[in-house]
Amino acid sequence: MNAMDFSRRLADRVETLREDRGDSVSIGDIAEVVESIVTTIDGDISAIDIEVHKQIRDLVDYIQNAKQEIAAIRPTDIKDHHIPAATDELDAIVKTTEDATGSILDAAEDLENLSTEVTPEVAEKITGITVKIYEASNFQDITGQRITKVVDTLHHIERTVLQLAGAFGHEVDPEAAVPSDERTGDAALLNGPQLPEEANSQAEIDALLASFD
Amino acid sequence: MAVDKEMNVLIVDDYKTMLRIIRNLLKQLGFNNVEEATDGSMALSMMRQQKPDLVISDWNMEPMTGLQLLKEVRTDDTLQDVPFIMVTAESKTENVIAAKQAGVNNYIVKPFNAATLKQKMESVIGAF
Repeated sequence: MNAMDFSRRLADRVETLREDRGDSVSIGDIAEVVESIVTTIDGDISAIDIEVHKQIRDLVDYIQNAKQEIAAIRPTDIKDHHIPAATDELDAIVKTTEDATGSILDAAEDLENLSTEVTPEVAEKITGITVKIYEASNFQDITGQRITKVVDTLHHIERTVLQLAGAFGHEVDPEAAVPSDERTGDAALLNGPQLPEEANSQAEIDALLASFD
Repeated sequence: MAVDKEMNVLIVDDYKTMLRIIRNLLKQLGFNNVEEATDGSMALSMMRQQKPDLVISDWNMEPMTGLQLLKEVRTDDTLQDVPFIMVTAESKTENVIAAKQAGVNNYIVKPFNAATLKQKMESVIGAF
């Protein structure tokens, strides 16, 4: 089979595949078609044909190796075990820090209540200390929001892996499609805390607000 | 005119810990008349029952965000003049612009300190 015959035959098989499966064809199906054509190549073969044959064989081997590697990592384990375990751990961190912050605030409020039983000078010192405790307790809100962002990222990775596995012929949850971030308007403004190097400082925000005056 | 520290302050945040922190800081600043809501819709309902003198609100809440609350307040004939301070971790420029365009009076980025809270409150309701 020469290169022209090969192209014609490949086109025929692709058309048959399209009629049978529509426009959505898995990579596994494509690999099978290519392999079946390659294995029927016979007769006079030119140097170009041999090179094309070799490259297609390499491609088939690559796809089959990828399928085996994806099967080996058992992609459904990611959905059924690894991601839930990771998110449970992160939820536990949020809960633990929330409880700990509550205890710290309890202690700070008890300390503040002592202000009425001491001299004004000492009361002022106590107030200064409790203000610092309240300010430091801000962290719990920020860490909670950051962990929520990490959980969202884990779910995105989960869906991406499952979608990749589906493309290689593994059975996956049809809801595993990776949604792109198509938020618009006010919804697109909900992004949680920025990393320090990306965030506007309070001074920068003040300057921005002042620019409206 | 001196600020009346008996004024009614409504604080809105879905993190109970943050509500507690802001309440305690307000108490140390002398403001004891503080109400709490955990999202925009609850806050709006409370505001329609009793009009507050100042709102200090988080942004990222469900079902109604702080920005949606601000827009509702500014289009409500009886509430539109209520001073509104946003306290949020959302620090992007587009967020600040959106809040300003919606009519926010000041904007505090989390984490914040007591001095910043006092300064922003004073810029909105006057020195105290």
